[in-house]
Amino acid sequence: MTKMDPMVILTIFILSVFIGFEVVSKVSTTLHTPLMSGANAIHGIILVGAILVAAEAKSTLETTLAILAVVLATINMVGGFVVTDRMLEMFKGKGGKK
Amino acid sequence: MNSNLYALLGLGVAVSFIMALKGLSAPKTARRGNLIGAFGATVATVIVFFDPAIENGHNTLLIIAAIAFGVIVGVPAARKIQMTQMPQLVALFNGVGGGAAALVAIVEYLNLGDTASFGEVLATVFTVLVGSVSFSGSVITFLKLQELMTTRPVVFPGGRFVIAATLAGALGTSGWVIASGGTTPLLVLAGLSLLFGILFVLPVGGADVPIVISLLNAFTGLTVAASGYVLQSTLLIVAGTLVGASGTILTRKMAEAMGRSLFGTLFGAFTAKPQAATEAGEARPVKSGSPDDVAILLNYAQRVVIVPGFGLAVAQAQHTVRELADLLAEKGVEVAYGIHPVAGRMPGHMNVLLAEASVPYEQLVEMEEINPTFPQTDVVLVVGANDVVNPAAKTTPGCPIYGMPILDVGSAGNVIFLKRSMRPGFAGIENDLLYDAKTTLLFGDAKDSLTKVVSALKNL
Repeated sequence: MTKMDPMVILTIFILSVFIGFEVVSKVSTTLHTPLMSGANAIHGIILVGAILVAAEAKSTLETTLAILAVVLATINMVGGFVVTDRMLEMFKGKGGKK
Repeated sequence: MNSNLYALLGLGVAVSFIMALKGLSAPKTARRGNLIGAFGATVATVIVFFDPAIENGHNTLLIIAAIAFGVIVGVPAARKIQMTQMPQLVALFNGVGGGAAALVAIVEYLNLGDTASFGEVLATVFTVLVGSVSFSGSVITFLKLQELMTTRPVVFPGGRFVIAATLAGALGTSGWVIASGGTTPLLVLAGLSLLFGILFVLPVGGADVPIVISLLNAFTGLTVAASGYVLQSTLLIVAGTLVGASGTILTRKMAEAMGRSLFGTLFGAFTAKPQAATEAGEARPVKSGSPDDVAILLNYAQRVVIVPGFGLAVAQAQHTVRELADLLAEKGVEVAYGIHPVAGRMPGHMNVLLAEASVPYEQLVEMEEINPTFPQTDVVLVVGANDVVNPAAKTTPGCPIYGMPILDVGSAGNVIFLKRSMRPGFAGIENDLLYDAKTTLLFGDAKDSLTKVVSALKNL
């Protein structure tokens, strides 16, 4: 497989940093906890990486570690989104009327 | 799957994450934002099985079983958790994410063997180091919040040198991995990093733990981005960086809301001066009252402000406090809730808890708005809160909460504390306001006390 150009990666990285700064710049204190929890769920996307390495694992050791990573990443991602949704459920019906 | 189609879908997922974070920043769109993120994550998980980069992929059934197992563990945990215990669950989820990132990096490193480029080794070292710190650090924050261990800063003699030595060891080992390669140094690095994660969180005081969770959350995001570099996945790079960047901003905002500098949070325990005055607490007289006394005070007030704290949440007294507020409103008393930004365990935690009890949103008043109204307030009812109304934050330099903005309940006519005991709050600091002449204490479980006050009020 051809590898990605490091300059392209750097560009993607830097632009993502600025988007990350920008999207949360106006968050109200009330939403700090759900936002943290939501961001927490998003880094559960490491599941994709865990699946990739598990699918190409060669030795038993690699497979074991990779499968463990899949389990942990799934807990992070699925649990993260569910708990965030539960928090936000509490806010329903009064959204932004302040 | 066609590689262009795959890349396009991956781009869609990345955009969904941006929209998710954007949505989560405003109350109106928060829930929808979270669902968009969840949808994107699901799409990403499905299409990765068709990733054209996988050559002779195997273990598919095992992977699906592992995902199913993760869902079986994660969903009930998230569904059943009490809202009061939610911060530690978030910490735990963050920790396992960091652990997963470290494992992914280790496996990919084993897999690449000698073909790994310098950049890949560097990214691997970073992921293993930071991912392990995030994992063990999160476990300690979980133990602290669950009160399975002391919530006070744990400082031992020479602690800062041990921590510095561990960090130096971890960084040195990183150099070793980069210079010589091989599995052993990488595992040593993982071990040292785990140890560093523990040592780094131990000295943090209970009240500051949320800031640390947020920081570790940002760390985990960056490890995901670094794994993305090693695995050549644009999606992981974008998603991880988004979380890393937004998490950093969020951590700073949280620290600001608590009036703390990030540096002070992490290293405050090493620089704080020991307090001598706080030990004298036991012998000082306090004025404790009966539920009837409290009811009378409330009944003849013009304006009452309720300050809810974590004790209210623990006693599950949200509904009773609302009953009391409704009763007072019927009697023509003006009622408002004064919400400290960090009431509960995390910023915004109390809003979630009161929303659960369907307290009208208009009655929840934030600190900056309620503080100027305290001099016109006859009675402040503090339910299970302590640190957020502790004047020591203003008057005692060097105490762990010094500089934290507080609710100025001391300027109101009367202050009533509903407390279980004289035990200090989460931060472990004595509260002078408890001994003030205008303060009345009503001891007992917050819910019991409130129920008694409600019935006493009905009889007046």
